[in-house]
Amino acid sequence: MIDFFLQGLRISAPYVLAALGGVVGERAGVIQLGLEGMLLGGAFAATVGAEHAGILGGLAAGALGGVAFAAIYAFVALRARADQVIAGVALNLLAVGLTRYLLKLIYHSASNSPRVVGFDTSAETGAFLGATAVAALALQVWMLRTPAGLRLRAIGEHPDAADSLGVDVLRLRAAAVLATGLLAGLGGAWLALDNHGFVDRMSGGRGYIALAAVIFGRWSPLGAAAACLLFGFADALSLGLQTAQTFPRELTQMLPYALTIIAVAGMVGRSRAPRALGVRWPP
Amino acid sequence: MIAIQADAIMKHYGSRAALFGASLAVRAGTIHAVVGENGAGKSTLLRVVYGETRAEGGQLSLKGRAVPLGTHAPRDAIAAGVGMVHQHFMLVPTLSVLDNVVLGREPRRGPFVDVRRAAAEVAEVGKRLGLEGVDRPVEELSVGEQQRAEIVKVLWRGADVILLDEPTAVLTPPEVVALFEVLRALRGEGKTIVIVTHKLDEVVALADETTVLRAGRVVGEFAAGTAADDIARAIVGGTPPVDAPAALTPGDVRLEARDVAIGRAVRGVSLSVRAGEIVGIAGVLGNGQSELMLALAGILRPDAGTIRVGGRRGHIPEDRHARGIILDFTLAENLVLGRQRELAMWLPPLAPLARAALARGRVVPPDPDAHAAELSGGNQQRLVVERELGRPGLEVLLAAEPTRGVDIGASAWIRARIREAAAAGAAVLLGSSDLGELRSLAGRILVFYRGRIAAELPVAEATDERLGAAMLGLSA
Amino acid sequence: MTRLAIALLVAVAVASALILLYGESPAHVYALLLARTWGDAYGLGQVVFRATPLVFTGLAVAFAFRAGLFNIGAEGQLLVGSFVTGIVGAALPAPVAVAGSLAAGALAGALLAGIAGALRARFGAHEVITTIMLNFIAQALVLWAGREAFFLPETVHTAPVTARLASLGAGTAASTAFFLALAAAIACHVFLYRLRPGFELRAFGASPLAAQAAGISAGRTIVLTMSASGALAGLVGAGTVLGYKGYFEEGMGSGAGFMGIAVALLARNHPLAVVPAALFFGTLAQGGLAANALVPKESIEVIQAVIILAAAGRAR
Repeated sequence: MIDFFLQGLRISAPYVLAALGGVVGERAGVIQLGLEGMLLGGAFAATVGAEHAGILGGLAAGALGGVAFAAIYAFVALRARADQVIAGVALNLLAVGLTRYLLKLIYHSASNSPRVVGFDTSAETGAFLGATAVAALALQVWMLRTPAGLRLRAIGEHPDAADSLGVDVLRLRAAAVLATGLLAGLGGAWLALDNHGFVDRMSGGRGYIALAAVIFGRWSPLGAAAACLLFGFADALSLGLQTAQTFPRELTQMLPYALTIIAVAGMVGRSRAPRALGVRWPP
Repeated sequence: MIAIQADAIMKHYGSRAALFGASLAVRAGTIHAVVGENGAGKSTLLRVVYGETRAEGGQLSLKGRAVPLGTHAPRDAIAAGVGMVHQHFMLVPTLSVLDNVVLGREPRRGPFVDVRRAAAEVAEVGKRLGLEGVDRPVEELSVGEQQRAEIVKVLWRGADVILLDEPTAVLTPPEVVALFEVLRALRGEGKTIVIVTHKLDEVVALADETTVLRAGRVVGEFAAGTAADDIARAIVGGTPPVDAPAALTPGDVRLEARDVAIGRAVRGVSLSVRAGEIVGIAGVLGNGQSELMLALAGILRPDAGTIRVGGRRGHIPEDRHARGIILDFTLAENLVLGRQRELAMWLPPLAPLARAALARGRVVPPDPDAHAAELSGGNQQRLVVERELGRPGLEVLLAAEPTRGVDIGASAWIRARIREAAAAGAAVLLGSSDLGELRSLAGRILVFYRGRIAAELPVAEATDERLGAAMLGLSA
Repeated sequence: MTRLAIALLVAVAVASALILLYGESPAHVYALLLARTWGDAYGLGQVVFRATPLVFTGLAVAFAFRAGLFNIGAEGQLLVGSFVTGIVGAALPAPVAVAGSLAAGALAGALLAGIAGALRARFGAHEVITTIMLNFIAQALVLWAGREAFFLPETVHTAPVTARLASLGAGTAASTAFFLALAAAIACHVFLYRLRPGFELRAFGASPLAAQAAGISAGRTIVLTMSASGALAGLVGAGTVLGYKGYFEEGMGSGAGFMGIAVALLARNHPLAVVPAALFFGTLAQGGLAANALVPKESIEVIQAVIILAAAGRAR
């Protein structure tokens, strides 16, 4: 039972980090379909970082990797004013292609990196999971109580109003997207370090599920984190069922995805997206 | 002292000149009106002063200090003590009044917003303007309250020059009176007010000085006490067209609603309109009249009650850009929109069909292949009116705000077309926030308040006072 | 046009960097890429072969986009479509196998996409999320059903179909499926710009509120458009199952769904322009394989993504 609980938390961690990132970016009014790519980019960068500089190096590199992908997205979506859905999907394709290319270039492999250092002791794991929980809480307070949080909420709802009061909408949005990349990159770093290495396409749709958790959690940090725990434990359950061999593996694998669809379909009407989400600004 | 001095301001949108050497001189401590037709450049001029619209040329100085127009931005205007109240309120609906007011200049306590201090300060300013409950989300405020929140925003930021863009467009007559009292009180405190409007009576009632714009140029500057007729002539550049109401004899009932209810917006409305009759609908925005129109047009499904429409129905929707036309479609495509079912499955060429209609509607340019986005607001509305009224056998016409945001020429044409339609036997239901328009067209006026018809007045009794009181739910 | 030129310029710059990182000469790689694609009949045939699925998926994305809908699920739709095409093509007698299996594949794709459409119409669930999730579900479903019932023992492919589409010769994998794809592009164009339901679909895409005011049902338009879009993606099996392998194999056609987004974007969602756009990306894919000895073919995946990112930018 304790094992199952820990398993659930471990699985939830990348979801939570990516979803927290998603909340920041989406509350600023920028769709975050690119979470998947930021996770993947973060995972690869963390692998390289861990190889050369240990766990902390891996975490730092993962965050940077996520920020790098977020920077590309911010440029394309905000500066070049691309459609955010298309840009997000393209960012994910870029992440898949680029990590595969780099896998070959650096590790001469088509499927995975060599083993690197990662989370082994329960102290390391516990510290990371604890820090994630603190991040969720801190983000909630930051968003509701600080001037920057207030501005973030304003630009996602009514950027013209914020602009008319001298708030630099584009700059704040860009910063929010970079923060999204930072958090999602850390989520990717966890994936890689927990696995002791990078595997081709190891994000496996987690970014999309995290985005669904953002919607399910009504765009609030704690709500999204709670939704992620739900998905994480569904994952753990599906893994448990697989080992029990009562259900075909392929069908239990579908569980989180089916759950996501149900969550998104059930939430609509009760959960309102930021009004300016996905709308180009300035018009 | 001169609060605002703007000279030779130039601004183009595409090839159209919005401002062509316009100027504005506002003395401190006065109420200054900027008037003109729709599209004369009034709002653009205000936005240039506030730094929201970048002018291509000209000079601007605020309180005697020259402002570089090339980099002028709202934050510079705010720093110079200039605030602006926009026609479309710049309020974040999900945030409280308090959050909206302090946004961008939040008082801090450590890393956090100092909520207590902010609340005290904002409540104090709100009280002066008669706005209570500043911790309510803006979306729960009435339109009049939202406008006050906008003024609070400006005052809290320490502005002593306040720009108001068409502040009365959304208000009922009593709210207008209250607003004017607030503005006069602010002038009494030494504030400078610039108010943009297209309503002459307001100018006469309020302004110390008036600047008239036409087609991006200043065509007149008047002191208080100038006769309204003189200003009117300056606005249109000649004698303004006069609407002549026609006597209509109503026939059978063509449009009927019985106990119609729609969500929380409409709570049991019954009305009937006869052939040849024009019935007006007045009401503050958000009192159910828009929803009722949509239901009568067959777009919203009522939760309860019955609607009977006898014969072919035309509908001029309230929001032209959202429901009336498709900007990305050609004029020819727009002209068949809503009538596409009358065409064959394999569509015929649309351009030949469109040419005659564009000529009848005097749409400029009369090019069937042009895109609707290329048309001015007035021409877009001409297209919609022609499409909805230009078909034979029209029995019911639903017209919601048919002349909003439309130039005087097109407005007069649209009103004439509505009258013609009624004379030809159509039952017309006309919703308008322009009470003058209602009086000039309708035989009787229904006033909506909180989803019900609060009053029904024959046009002869529909004074501003009585309509306004009914719109606020003050009397029957 | 300038937007396209900028996109290509950026792509070439990135490609050159990737090639240089690998210690090869960009000019050399580009020359090889061109020679092995448009340089001879075989290369051209392979380009056509790789472009064929992209025409279908490009049309699927573009068609849905005309109604303002994002079909990110072409990947899953082509998967179930191809799978069903393989199964039905093996079960039906030869004279009706091609037509029957394609119809079945289209129907399967339509059903999968129709679910997303219905969820949007009924619950307002955004089709971007649901189609992506359905991609994963389709993958798991096909794998499960294949292993349980349809894959030949010890393999990951189905039984051979009883009839195939004719090859275009030159030893290539290209088949008459390409002409079917061309016909689909023309059909989409005619539907959108000559037929009344196409007018209604475009009206809904350009302005849902105005379309509603014009008596066009939102729910109906969404469900039917998504289904038609899924049917287009479900036809991908024409080229892969019926034109090339003769059976369905796990992983077949994967990637073509996402590339459909790139194709539609480059074609600006115009059905006829989808064909050259698909040929362009087909060239990249084939050329990438040809140059694989020098530079990993994964660099082509990077280039494709870069082209989408660069082409998605808008003039102010």
